[in-house]
Amino acid sequence: MRTLTTEQTTHPVLIFWIIAGWVGFFLLPWYGVEDFFTFEWLIDGYPFDEDYAPAAFLIGQGEKLWLTPMFLGLLLPLLALGRRKTDPIYAKLLIAAGAIGFGWLILQGFTIGIRGWNFEWAKALFGELGDRQFGMGYGALICASAFLFLFTQGIAARGAINGDVFVVSAIGGVVVIVTAFVFFPIAKMLTAAFITEDGGYSAGVFASKFFDDRLWGLGCLSGGRCGVAWNSLFLAVLVGLITTVLGLIFALVVTRSGFRYKRALRALTVLPIITPPFVIGLALILLFGLSGSVTVFFSDMFGIQPTRWLYGLPGILIAQTLAFTPIAFLVLIGVVEGVSPSMEEAAQTLRASKWQVFKTVSLPLMRPGLANAFLLGFIESMADFGNPLVLGGNYDVLSTEIFFAIVGAQYDQGKAAVLAMVLLCFTLGAFYAQRFWLGKKSYTTVSGKGDSGVHPHMPRALSIPVLAMAMIWAAFTMVVYVMIFYGSVVELWGVNNTLTLKHYVTAFSFRIEDSGIRWSGAAWDSFWTTLKIAAIAAPLTAIVGLITAYLLTRQTFAGKNAFEFGTMLSFAIPGTVIGVSYILAFNVPPVEITGTGIILVVSFIFRNMPVGVRAGIASMSQLDKSLDESSLTLGANSWQTFRRIILPLLRPAILAALVYSFVRAMTAISAVIFLVSAEYDMATSYIIGRVENNDYGLAIAYSTTLIFVMLSVVALMQFIVGRTEIGRRMTQSRTNT
Amino acid sequence: MSINSKAAPVSFRNVTKVYGTDVVAVDDINLEIEAGKLVTLLGPSGCGKTTTLRMIAGLEMATKGSIHIGDRDVTLLPATDRDVSMVFQSYALFPHMSVMENVSYGLGFSGFDKSETKDRAAQGLDLVGLRGYGDRLPSELSGGQQQRVAVARALVLEPQVLLFDEPLSNLDAKLRRQVREEIRDIQQNLGLTVVYVTHDQEEALAVSDEIVVMRNASIAQIGSPRDLYDAPADRFVADFIGEANIIPCEITSVSKDVATIKIDAFTHKLPARGLPVGPAALAVRPTRLKLGAKTGMKMTLQKATYVGSRMEYTLKAGFGEVFAVSEDVDTPLEPGADIMVGLDAIGPVLLPPDQSH
Repeated sequence: MRTLTTEQTTHPVLIFWIIAGWVGFFLLPWYGVEDFFTFEWLIDGYPFDEDYAPAAFLIGQGEKLWLTPMFLGLLLPLLALGRRKTDPIYAKLLIAAGAIGFGWLILQGFTIGIRGWNFEWAKALFGELGDRQFGMGYGALICASAFLFLFTQGIAARGAINGDVFVVSAIGGVVVIVTAFVFFPIAKMLTAAFITEDGGYSAGVFASKFFDDRLWGLGCLSGGRCGVAWNSLFLAVLVGLITTVLGLIFALVVTRSGFRYKRALRALTVLPIITPPFVIGLALILLFGLSGSVTVFFSDMFGIQPTRWLYGLPGILIAQTLAFTPIAFLVLIGVVEGVSPSMEEAAQTLRASKWQVFKTVSLPLMRPGLANAFLLGFIESMADFGNPLVLGGNYDVLSTEIFFAIVGAQYDQGKAAVLAMVLLCFTLGAFYAQRFWLGKKSYTTVSGKGDSGVHPHMPRALSIPVLAMAMIWAAFTMVVYVMIFYGSVVELWGVNNTLTLKHYVTAFSFRIEDSGIRWSGAAWDSFWTTLKIAAIAAPLTAIVGLITAYLLTRQTFAGKNAFEFGTMLSFAIPGTVIGVSYILAFNVPPVEITGTGIILVVSFIFRNMPVGVRAGIASMSQLDKSLDESSLTLGANSWQTFRRIILPLLRPAILAALVYSFVRAMTAISAVIFLVSAEYDMATSYIIGRVENNDYGLAIAYSTTLIFVMLSVVALMQFIVGRTEIGRRMTQSRTNT
Repeated sequence: MSINSKAAPVSFRNVTKVYGTDVVAVDDINLEIEAGKLVTLLGPSGCGKTTTLRMIAGLEMATKGSIHIGDRDVTLLPATDRDVSMVFQSYALFPHMSVMENVSYGLGFSGFDKSETKDRAAQGLDLVGLRGYGDRLPSELSGGQQQRVAVARALVLEPQVLLFDEPLSNLDAKLRRQVREEIRDIQQNLGLTVVYVTHDQEEALAVSDEIVVMRNASIAQIGSPRDLYDAPADRFVADFIGEANIIPCEITSVSKDVATIKIDAFTHKLPARGLPVGPAALAVRPTRLKLGAKTGMKMTLQKATYVGSRMEYTLKAGFGEVFAVSEDVDTPLEPGADIMVGLDAIGPVLLPPDQSH
C-alpha cells in the first residue's frame, strides 16, 4: 500500500527548513564576514562581537532590535508540525511565517543602511536611528532561504501545482534569484540614471545625459563624428548581417554539399567558445597593425605607406565578424539540419528544380534560425568590450564608453547608467522585435518520427560561390589563429622576430623550493582565481539552468509565459550592462558583495544561465513525457522523478552545460572588467591590462595558454560524453517474442 | 507471498475537465466502474477518453466534480499519492535502467525493504513470462517484451486500479491478439480493476466486461459488449461499434412494446424500445440483411466484392445506399440485379429518428 503524503503528520522537508532557519538566526553570523571560510571569526569574539554575532545574540545584547520580528517567522512554523498538509491551518501558518519573515528581512534590509535610515520619510517618522547595519551575511542568507521555502511549502499545501512542494519551491527559488540578480540590479541602474550629484532625483539630470551630443550626434553625415549610440548600432547591425550570411554559408557547406572536410569545418564551432573575444583583435594587430606582418610586407614590396586604417570601424568589424561567425554557424547548422528532408523531397517530386526547392522551401523554413543568428550577432557585438578597446581608435562605442565612465577620470555613475540603458534598449529592442516577428509562426519541422530522407545538395550556381567564400574565410580564420600562437613565441612582434619562450616564462614560471612549489610567474594569481571562480560558477549555472528548463518544459503553472520571458531576458542583457548594474546595486547593503569573488560567481551564473536553460530545454524535449508520468504513477514524487529519471537521462546535456559555462566564465570580459578587484583579478581583465600597456607578448602568450587549457577541457568533455552515451528512447522493434 | 489484487471501484461524479479557458475535454460525466472489472473507454480520437484515464491516474486534475477510488475522494490527490498504476502507450520504460530496476522502481517508494522488493519484482517478471530477463536493458528487448515489462512494472505495486493507454497500438497485428488475451487473463486471474483506453472497437469488444463509448467529451453509452453491439442507444454508437446501416422508417403502431414499422412498402415487427409512433431509424448490421428474401425492401445491386471469407455488396435503395455481407461466396449475385432484401428476426434495432437530418 502506498504511504499517503497527505495524511502524514511529520514532514521532513518542513523540519529541515525550520532547523535551517533557526541555525541561520541563532548560530551563523548575521552580517557579512570577510574570509568567512577561514573560520577565523570563530575564535575572534564570536558569538558576542557585533561583527560576527548571529541575529539572536545581537538582539540579546540589545542591538539591531529591528531584527526581532523575524523571530515570529521562525516560531509560527513550529505550530504547523504535527498537522496534516490538508489542514487549512497548516498552509496558513507557513504562508504567514514565510511572508512575515521574508518580507521583514527585505524591508529592514532596504530601509536601514550604512548611515542609518536610507529614506528621509523613515527618519521623519521614527526619528534619528543612531545605529546602522552592513551587508547581509550567511546567517541572513540561510534565514531568507528558510522563509522563502516555508512560504512555498505553504503555497503548495494550499493545492498549487497539485500540492507539489518541489515544483512550487523550484519556481519560488528561481523567481527570487532572478529578481534579485537580474531585475533588481537593472532597476537600480535605471534609478541611478536620475540621481543628481547631491543625491536627489531629477529628470533633468537624466535628460541632459541622455540627449548628449556625444551619444546621438549625427556629425558623421557631414564629415565629423557620430554619437556613440549610432556607432554601436551601425556596427552591431553590420556584424549581425555579415555573421548571419557567413554562418549560413558554412551551414550550407556542411549539410548540403559534397564537401569532404566537414568535420574540420564543424571544429570551427568550438573556436568562439574557447577564445576570449579580444584575442582576435590582438591577432589582427599582429597582421595589419602599423608593424603587422601584412602591412610590412606590402610596404616593402609595393612601397605602400603603412597607415592606421585598422584602428576604427574596419578593425572592430573584422575582429567581431571573425569572433562571432562561428556562433551564427552554431545556430544555423541546427536549423539547416532541422529542415525535414521529406519537405524538400516532397517539393522535388512536385517538379521544383533544385534552385526552386532551395528558394521556396529550404530558405523560408530557415527564417527563424536566420533571425536568431542575427539577434545573437547583434547582441554579441553590442556587448563586446575587448575588441573595441583594443582596436577602437577613434570609433567609440557604448560598451567602452560605459567602461570609461565608470573607471576613467570622469567617474560618473549616472552617465554609465544612462549609456547602459541605451545599450539595453537596443538589445531588448532587437530581442523583442525578433520575438514579435517570429511570434506565432512555427517552423518546427523536426517531429519525433524518423525521417529517413537525405538533404538535397545545393544547386550548382549557389554551391560554387558558397564553397569559395567558405574556403577563403576558413583560411583567414586559420591564419589568425596561427598568428596568435606565433605571436606568443617571438621576442617583440615586428621589431625583433627571434623565437623565444620568455613571455611564457614571465607569465607562468615556477620554482620548486623546500616549502613546495613557488608560483613566481606574473599570471598565476589571476589564472588560479579564474579557474576557481569558473569551477564554482559552472555547477551552479548548470543547476539553475536545468531546473529552469525542467519547469519550462515539464510543468504548467500560472504566469509561465512571464517566467519564461524573464529567464530568457537575461540572455539579451549585454555583459557590460550586467557589470554596471551589479556595481550600482551590490555596492551597498543589504547585499554588499562588490570586490568579492561572490559577485563574479553570481554574474557568471546569470550571464550564462540562458545557455544552460536552452541546452536543458533542447535535451528535455527529446525525453518523452510519458517517462515522467509513468514514474509519477509508480509512486515517485516530482523530486524523485527529477533525480532518478530526468537527471540520469540528461547526463550528456549536463556535462555540456557544465563545461560550457566553465569555459564561458574563463573567456568572459565584458561584465568581469567592472567586477574584478585587486584580490580577485581574472585572466581576461589581466590580459586586457597588459594590452593597454602595449605588452602584447605577455598578453598573447597568456591568451594562447588559455586557449589550450580550454581546448583540453572541451576535448575532455567530448571524451567523457562519448563514453556516457546512453540509449536514446528505444526504437520499437517489431519482432515476435 | 504473491501478487494480489487490491481492486477498488472508481467513480466519477459530474466530472468536467477544461483546458485553458474554453477547451472542454470532458464534459460533466458520471461513471461507476466496479471493482475487479475490465472497463474500456472507447471512442474516436479527441473524444476525451485519454483525458478521462489520465484523471484517474492523477496526471490531469478535474476542473469540476469529484473522483473516488475505493472509499476515498482522490479528486485533489496528485499521481504520486494515488494507488493507481498505468501502462503507457509508449511503455515509458526507463532506458537507463535494467528490466529489474524498472520493475523495482515503484516498489522502492512503497516502503518495501530490499529483499522484498527483489522478490516481488521477480514474481512480477514471472507473471508476464520474462523470468531471467532482469539484467537486460529495455533497448535489448523486442516490442512485445517491452510491453510485458511495462505491465509487470505496474502490476507489482498491486494497485487499486490498473490503467492501460492504448497498450497494443505499437504492436503488430498478430501480437496484438496474443497480448490482449494475456492482459485479459492476468486481469481475470488476479481480479484487477482495469481501465483500458482504445479506439479499436474490435479490441474493446474482445477484452471488456463493460465498454464506455465516448463522443465529444461526454459518454454516449455504457454497456456490455453484447448490449452495445445488439442494442446501440443511438446512431453514433451503432455506427462506431461495428458497421451498421441506418435506414429511415416510420413506426405505424406500437402495442405491448412491439412496433410495426414501414419502409416504403415493406412492413416489419420488432421491439419498440419505448419509441412512439412516428418517424424513426432502423439500425441493421450488414450480416443481418437477408439478400433475396421473399418479402423485403426492393433494392438494386450496385457492387459486389469478393474478400475471401465472404462477399460484400453495395445496394441501392430508395432511401440511399446499403452495405451487406453474405457468407455465400460460391454463388455470388451479379451487379445490376434487382433483389428483395429482408431483415433477420433478431439484430435490427430501432433508434430515435436522426436529429441532424
